[in-house]
Amino acid sequence: MTLLVIAHAELRSLLRSPLAWATLASVCALLAWLFLLQIDQYTLYRSQLLALANPPGVTELVVKPLFGSAGLILMMVLPVITMRSFAEQARNQTLTLLTTAPISLTAIVLGKFAGLCGFLLLLIGVVLAMPLSLASATHLDWGLLAAASLGLLLLTTSFTAVGLYISSLTSHPGAAAMLTFGLLLILWFLESATSDPGGTATLAQFSTLHHYRGLLSGLVSSGDIGYFLILTLLALSLTRLRLHSQRYQA
Amino acid sequence: MPTSKLIEVENLHRNFGAVAAVRDLSFSLNSGEVLGFLGPNGAGKSTTMRIITGNLAPTSGQITLGGYDLLREPIAARRLLGYLPDSPPLYRDCSVREFLDFCGRLHGLRGKHLTEAVDRAIDRCGLGDVPRKIIGHLSKGYQQRVGIAQAIVHDPELVILDEPTVGLDPRQIDEIRQLVRELGENHSVILSTHILSEVQAVCSHVQIINQGELVLKSSLADLESTTTGRHFRIRFLTPPEVSALNELAGIDEVLVETDGDFLISFTDQTLGTESVLRKSLELGWGLTELSPPAAHPPSLEQLFLQLTDEAVANESAPNPPEPISQ
Repeated sequence: MTLLVIAHAELRSLLRSPLAWATLASVCALLAWLFLLQIDQYTLYRSQLLALANPPGVTELVVKPLFGSAGLILMMVLPVITMRSFAEQARNQTLTLLTTAPISLTAIVLGKFAGLCGFLLLLIGVVLAMPLSLASATHLDWGLLAAASLGLLLLTTSFTAVGLYISSLTSHPGAAAMLTFGLLLILWFLESATSDPGGTATLAQFSTLHHYRGLLSGLVSSGDIGYFLILTLLALSLTRLRLHSQRYQA
Repeated sequence: MPTSKLIEVENLHRNFGAVAAVRDLSFSLNSGEVLGFLGPNGAGKSTTMRIITGNLAPTSGQITLGGYDLLREPIAARRLLGYLPDSPPLYRDCSVREFLDFCGRLHGLRGKHLTEAVDRAIDRCGLGDVPRKIIGHLSKGYQQRVGIAQAIVHDPELVILDEPTVGLDPRQIDEIRQLVRELGENHSVILSTHILSEVQAVCSHVQIINQGELVLKSSLADLESTTTGRHFRIRFLTPPEVSALNELAGIDEVLVETDGDFLISFTDQTLGTESVLRKSLELGWGLTELSPPAAHPPSLEQLFLQLTDEAVANESAPNPPEPISQ
C-alpha cells in the first residue's frame, strides 16, 4: 500500500526533526503540571465533596479539565507540527518526487495525513497516560474517559487536517503555522460570538469547542462526531483539490 | 494499446498568464533513443519536462506515454517514467539507501525486488561508497547522482533528466555523461541541457527549442551529414567546374564553399583522393590544399547560435537547413 509508504516517510521525517520532540516535551510538561494541580485540588476538597449527596467523581473533576486544556494546547501546537508537511516540500521542491510517482493525489494527501495522525496518537497517548495512572489507586469512570478520549481524538485529527490544507497553500512553513493557528482559534471561539454561548445558535454549531464540550461531558452524539468527521473530510478534499489545481496554475 | 512510440507529444501549448512558455510543440521518441533537448536558458525546456512528467498541466495538447494518455490515465503512464527535475527532489535527512528504498516503494517495489533494485541503482550511479551517508552531508556531485539513482531505481522505460550536469566540476560532468550514455543502452532518455557538447557526447537525436517553439528536430547522424562534419576541404588555384569533380571516381558529394574552395565527401577515400590528385595534375587545377574534417565539427554549436538568434528564430522552419549544394 503506497499510502502507508508515504505515511511512514512523513512520520519518520517528523520524528527526525527536533521540532516534534520539543513539541512533545512542552505538551507533556504543561499537561503534567495541570494534571497535578487538578489532583491537588481534588485531594484538598475531597472530604467536603464526600458530604454531598451525589458527589462528582475523580474522572469528572480531573479528567474533564485536563482534556479541556489538552484540546486548547494541542490547538496551539499542532499548527507547528503540520506546517512542514507540504510547505517545506514545496520550498525544497521535493514534492515532485511524489507527484511523478504512479500514485494518486488522494493517496499522497491521505498518506501524509496518516503520518501526521501517527504522531498525534503519540501526543494523545501521553495525555491519556495521566488519568490512566490513577486507575490503580481509585475507581475511574471508564465511559466518561472513553468519550473524552474520542472527543480529543476527533478534535485533534480535524485540526491536523486543517493544518495539512493550509500547509498546501504556501511554501512558507511559518506562514502556514500562523494561518492554521488563526483559523483554528476562530473556529474554537466561534460560539463566544453568539448571544448565547454554549447554546444552539447557528453560528455556535460551527464551533469546534461547542462540539468538543459535548463529548467531554460524556455525551457521545452522532451530531458532534459527524461535525468533526465532516470538518476533517472537507479539509482533506480541499488539500487534494489544491494539489490538483497547482498543475494548472498560471 | 501500446504503440511503437514510447512518448508522443502533440501540439503542446502552455501559457503562464499572457506569456506562452511553450508553443505548438510536437515530438516523439522511440524506444532506445537518447534525445537531447537543447535550448538557451528560459526557452521552455524545464516547462516542457514538467508537462511531460505530469507535474504541470498543458494549456492544450496531448501527451501519450507507451500508449497511455498522460492526462487521462496518469498513473499507468507514470509507471514508465523516471524523472530528475532541475533541482533534485532529495530528502536531505535520509541516508542514500533509505531514500532510494522509499523511492522504490513509491513505485510499488517490495521485498527482494526492492533490495535488488536499490542495489543496482547504487551500483550504477557509483554510490557504493556512501549508501549509509545522510544525503544532506554529501557533495553536490554525489547528490546529483542520488538524484539520477532516484530516477532509475524502478527501471523505467523512459528516463527524463533536466540539466543533470549543472553546477558540477568537469570530472563529475564527465562521470554523469558516462552514466547517461550507459543508461541509453537499455532505456530511452530525454536529456535537457543548454550545453552543446553534452548532446554531441551522448545523444542520438537532438531538438532545439527557442522561445517555446521547436526550431530543429533531427537525428545527430543526419545533422552531421548535412553539415561539414565528414567533408574534406579542398582548394585549387584554378578551380574546375563542380560537375567535373562530381564525375570523379570515389567522390560522393561536392559542395562549393567560396571561390576555389570545395567541401567534398568520399565514398572511398583512397580512390577519391587519388583520382582528384591525378585529374588536378592532368588538367592543371593546381591543388593547394586537401585537409581532413575536424574531429569535433563545430556544426551543432553554429546551428544552435543561428537558430536561437531571435531574428533568425522568427522565420526559421523546424527542419535543419539544407546543405549548401549547388
